[in-house]
Amino acid sequence: MDLIAELEAEQIATLGKDIPDFKAGDTIRVGYKIIEGTRSRVQNYEGVCIARKGGDGIAASFTVRKISFGEGVERVFPLHSTNIDSITVVRRGKVRRAKLYYLRSRRGKSARIAEKTNYRPMRGADA
Amino acid sequence: MRSGVIAKKVGMTRLFMDDGRQVPVTVLQLDNLQVVAQRTAEKDGYSAVQLGAGSAKAKRTSQAMRGHFAAAKVAPKRKIAEFRVSADNLIGVGEEISAEHFLEGQKVDVSGTSIGKGFAGAMKRHNFGGLRASHGVSISHRSHGSTGQCQDPGRVFKGKKMAGHMGAAKVTTQNLEVVKTDADRGLIMIKGAVPGSKGGWVTIKDAVKKKLPDGVPFPAALKSAAAAAAPAEETPAEAPEGGAEE
Repeated sequence: MDLIAELEAEQIATLGKDIPDFKAGDTIRVGYKIIEGTRSRVQNYEGVCIARKGGDGIAASFTVRKISFGEGVERVFPLHSTNIDSITVVRRGKVRRAKLYYLRSRRGKSARIAEKTNYRPMRGADA
Repeated sequence: MRSGVIAKKVGMTRLFMDDGRQVPVTVLQLDNLQVVAQRTAEKDGYSAVQLGAGSAKAKRTSQAMRGHFAAAKVAPKRKIAEFRVSADNLIGVGEEISAEHFLEGQKVDVSGTSIGKGFAGAMKRHNFGGLRASHGVSISHRSHGSTGQCQDPGRVFKGKKMAGHMGAAKVTTQNLEVVKTDADRGLIMIKGAVPGSKGGWVTIKDAVKKKLPDGVPFPAALKSAAAAAAPAEETPAEAPEGGAEE
């Protein structure tokens, strides 16, 4: 392992993030810390994960899309961000693509994702 | 004026801070950084320290350099650089400098050899705009255009920006912030990019345009000083035992 990979692995270990097993198509709820003046609170953002980038490395990120007041909103979160309080999987989706960018041009019925009923966690991953 | 250091560029990564910020950092490593020679005002007319970093095979080091390293009683070095210091900041020959030489949050200037771009056109080399995509322009969309006036002056002025060799030149980036240091592994993490390619040698100095922060080690953060400080903490516990035996 080269030095950079070593440093990144160390940092991931020290951050000690509890990242659930999720992928594109899953509906997830992200608790994001927001600082208002002096106090901080956690804001939940729930939507469909339409892309995951960068594997599980330090630079990894994921995109969450939701329809807010009739308008499509997408947010990109760094997977290991210290601003992320929690990530919870609300629903497992059954999709055949790694990147669900086609959802951007869809609305309503055609933008639905079927639920995956036979979900089994990957070996080694904690649900 | 304090000595700088020679470091090797390892690569870039990012750090997540507790306040949620992400900081892009370049990782630089001090590799067997030792003082190889001193320049003094009496002997050379100026005062400086010559540092060496990395390790080279003795077999592949020239006879002259082997003699130079032998005089300093250090192993052959891969890269050598001189740093001007004030006379009171001279460092003893053979001393090893550690990464704690720079404080976290301190501003530094980093010099390195930029990545070579070969023969580059005027658009890439001098940010020229090029010619239009249409309206009669043919073949010369990326050319530099006119190089001057007419019969008077009848020549192209010296220094005209044209295509030519780009990169592989010494570049200094000023006022970069030291984000983190790791003395055990000799790592210095600097915010942002640093000139040169991975594996290239760079020199890091205190920023010339910023005030030096309080608490920086003088004349340098030496490994011998750190080693002397560590046993000193242990010896008081042992000393009474030694006294009792006597």
